[in-house]
Amino acid sequence: MRTILVVARRELGAYFATPVAPVFIVIFLALQGVLTFNLGNFFERNQADLAPFFNFIPWVFLLLVPAITMRLWAEERRLGTIELLLTLPITQAQAVLGKFLAAWAFCAIALALTFPFVLTINYLGRPDNGVIASGYLGALLVAGAFLSIGAAMSATTKNQVIAFVLGVAVCFVFAVASYPLVTDFLTRNVPALAETARRLSVSERFLAFTRGVISLRDLLYFASFIGFWLYLNTVIVEHRKAD
Amino acid sequence: MAALIEIEGLTKRFGTFTAVDNLSFNVARGEVLGFLGPNGAGKSTTMRMLAGFMTPSAGTARICGHDVVEASLAARRTLGFLPEGAPTWPEMTVRGFLTFVARIRGFRGGEIAARVDHAVALTSLSGVLLQPVETLSKGFKRRVGLAQALLHDPPVLILDEPTDGLDPNQKHEVRTLIRAMAAEKAIVISTHILEEVDAVCTRAIVIAAGRVVADGTPAELEARHPSHKLDDVFRDLTQPRPSEVEPV
Repeated sequence: MRTILVVARRELGAYFATPVAPVFIVIFLALQGVLTFNLGNFFERNQADLAPFFNFIPWVFLLLVPAITMRLWAEERRLGTIELLLTLPITQAQAVLGKFLAAWAFCAIALALTFPFVLTINYLGRPDNGVIASGYLGALLVAGAFLSIGAAMSATTKNQVIAFVLGVAVCFVFAVASYPLVTDFLTRNVPALAETARRLSVSERFLAFTRGVISLRDLLYFASFIGFWLYLNTVIVEHRKAD
Repeated sequence: MAALIEIEGLTKRFGTFTAVDNLSFNVARGEVLGFLGPNGAGKSTTMRMLAGFMTPSAGTARICGHDVVEASLAARRTLGFLPEGAPTWPEMTVRGFLTFVARIRGFRGGEIAARVDHAVALTSLSGVLLQPVETLSKGFKRRVGLAQALLHDPPVLILDEPTDGLDPNQKHEVRTLIRAMAAEKAIVISTHILEEVDAVCTRAIVIAAGRVVADGTPAELEARHPSHKLDDVFRDLTQPRPSEVEPV
């Protein structure tokens, strides 16, 4: 565990040692602000909740999370530091977990910096802060799910652009899996898969959290989703580290 | 006492290409082994297998008795490894980087700073401690990599081209450092600089196309050519005879 945290700490430090951290955080906050207040009709709705804020979060993450993860492994391979990291006395799983936790902590920091939204809504009305907290938990889990995909995609290549595009593409699949566009198509052609697709969808699960429903089933879903991609990440690193 | 590095039938194949072909040799405490061979002969691949970065296709190796495949972590704990090109994270400062390595190596509290200071003193890095690695010259970067390998005072050192890119003074310092440590360690260095073999190595192995073509003290190797020059011996051993030239 200690080793994982040492890896995570170095990785988190790397975000803040480069312009990645400020650029990401500023863009994330600006995007969320514009989407919530302008497109989301935050004020016109006249409702004391953060629904417009949470509605856009999966889409903003879809675009920005692969930007955080694209460097995780692709850059290590390009710089050759992967050889240094993996010849230190740590296991591949420890390296994978450490990097994932660092990226997740970074997303948590970005999410925490959206606190002015919570202050605003509490100033304007009397929202159910329990629902808001549950929404934040859901947002963090969506970030974790996308991060685990992005990290695994980053391990497949030396090229950060490819890592980013692959990450966005795979995250997109899991974001839209529950949308009528996909489920209607599947119902017509492969009915057996329609229900599976809906159950695998990240946005469907997130919806429950934004309504204030935290169920064990959804928590297990996110845990196994992240676990699966991290496992895949470990396998890819093991298989392709020296290529 | 058994040799600190034992290599048995180590083989690495990439598809149909055999990079390292049934390599076997031992390195005992007190030996400084010069690992020579033309580019692509399999030097780095061999070292990567010893360091646990690549998995052998066949055969195995033991470092301080720990199998590099079966007990990779234990083997890596007793090993200091300088990868080819001495890669380091560019945005980290020298101190930050060495502190990270010390933590990963399991040192705690005051011991971390003590280890870092010791490694910095050995490699004369004290002037650049707070500089990000990316701002350093090639010679300094190489020494940062060396400091990382020496940090935990390992019984076995495997250094892939430790003096590449250093100026003559720095080369001299690194060689002096290696000689000073030689008595209590088993050290393997790969190099293209043949004078280095004379300067620091107690033994040299020449490989070509993944196989050992010569193994002996530098003096023994030199005796194999009338000119007594390692350059000539090296060329004789590693250049394929005209009949053996493979199409590229």
